[in-house]
Amino acid sequence: MSEVKLFRTWSSPYALRIVWALELKGIDYETIFEDLSNKSQLLLQYNPVHKKVPVLVHNGKVISESLVIIEYIEDTWKDTPLLPEDPYERATARFWAKFNDDKLLPSIWQVFVTQGKEQEEAIPVATENLSFIEEDLKGKKFFGGQTIGLVDITIGWMANLISVFIEITGINLIDADKFPLLFGWMQNFSDVPVIKESWPPHDKLVIKFRAIRESYLSADVPK
Amino acid sequence: MATGEEVKVLGYWSSPYALRVKWALKLKAVEFDYMEEDLTNKSALLLQLNPVHKKIPVLLHNGKPVAESLVIMEYVDETWKQNPLLPQHPHQRAIARFWAKFVDEKEGEEQEKAAKEAREHLKTLESGLEEGKPFFGGESIGFVDIAAAWIGVWGEITGEIVGIKLVDEEAMPLLTACFQAVLQTPLLKECLPPRAELLEHSKRFRQKLMAAAAAST
Repeated sequence: MSEVKLFRTWSSPYALRIVWALELKGIDYETIFEDLSNKSQLLLQYNPVHKKVPVLVHNGKVISESLVIIEYIEDTWKDTPLLPEDPYERATARFWAKFNDDKLLPSIWQVFVTQGKEQEEAIPVATENLSFIEEDLKGKKFFGGQTIGLVDITIGWMANLISVFIEITGINLIDADKFPLLFGWMQNFSDVPVIKESWPPHDKLVIKFRAIRESYLSADVPK
Repeated sequence: MATGEEVKVLGYWSSPYALRVKWALKLKAVEFDYMEEDLTNKSALLLQLNPVHKKIPVLLHNGKPVAESLVIMEYVDETWKQNPLLPQHPHQRAIARFWAKFVDEKEGEEQEKAAKEAREHLKTLESGLEEGKPFFGGESIGFVDIAAAWIGVWGEITGEIVGIKLVDEEAMPLLTACFQAVLQTPLLKECLPPRAELLEHSKRFRQKLMAAAAAST
């Protein structure tokens, strides 16, 4: 019998994508929630290099780094593939997943944790990144085509955190007029049963992220 | 290799990322046309092929562009099956991807950060090697070796400029040996940029970095 454990936090976008990958493929797993202010010995032992979550442990073998974990899940459990078969399409999916982690997510985060002039300057950067992603949705319901795939679950954090960010900052980066495809995608993605069932509670997210924003704004943290 | 296949690489002579792509293709004996980009005056072609990042390397295969060096390497590995770069076993593949990502993240940082931190990262990377196996890929050169071996070159160059040995044979014996073995492989060695030019280029780059740092304080 296969033993799968996922070490994660309840709210992290990187953790959620792993939950979605496992759920979509119908894989049984155990969740161990980590408190990042008080990391468990087990976590430090499993991920000595980065000391971060999420970490997947499969039959005692440890895998870390969320996109690496998803590729591992894809290599190991062949049902409900998250990547297309064609190498070029796979490369395109990997490109956009990386784009999310390297550019898109950080640029939206930058809008969220700043104010005033700094925030004003951050908005066009985020907007440009969103416009790149919007392009990839042309003619498709999901980034993965008819069904959700790697890119959807990687960018999926947006579908619930954007509304949290709007509530906290009043800024809506994904305007229905400006980004009709992304706007539609967020709705379609959220409606997928597996996704819907695993959304962290909205109110809890608002409290948590509000506190994070406060701490960024009050600290004199150079970026 | 199928006839009529068109493979082009857009790169830059001193870029370690472009080097990875060249090495991956060479190891699989895939013929390609190399096109040097002038990064101070990027071509319309580059901007068209990689509108998101506007960067090299870009692989063009039968007219279709692939960008981001590690994504390109995965594509090359999946398209040309001879001499696999990634291992077969999923966990081994995950380990290779982990280290390649580690190199990617830290390599970027290392250009600017203190030598001490760079050495720490390299010691961490050393832990990915096994005694008795010459490469990250085991008996033969693999994914991580291609992604990381550049550090051997750059470490030497930086050592010459700042006087600190980054890839230290005493502190990182396995890593030192691995890099040397990769860099001495004739097929890969012939792709390396000329050392003297690279040294000059790195000196200029470093001066620019220091000037920028001074200007912003």
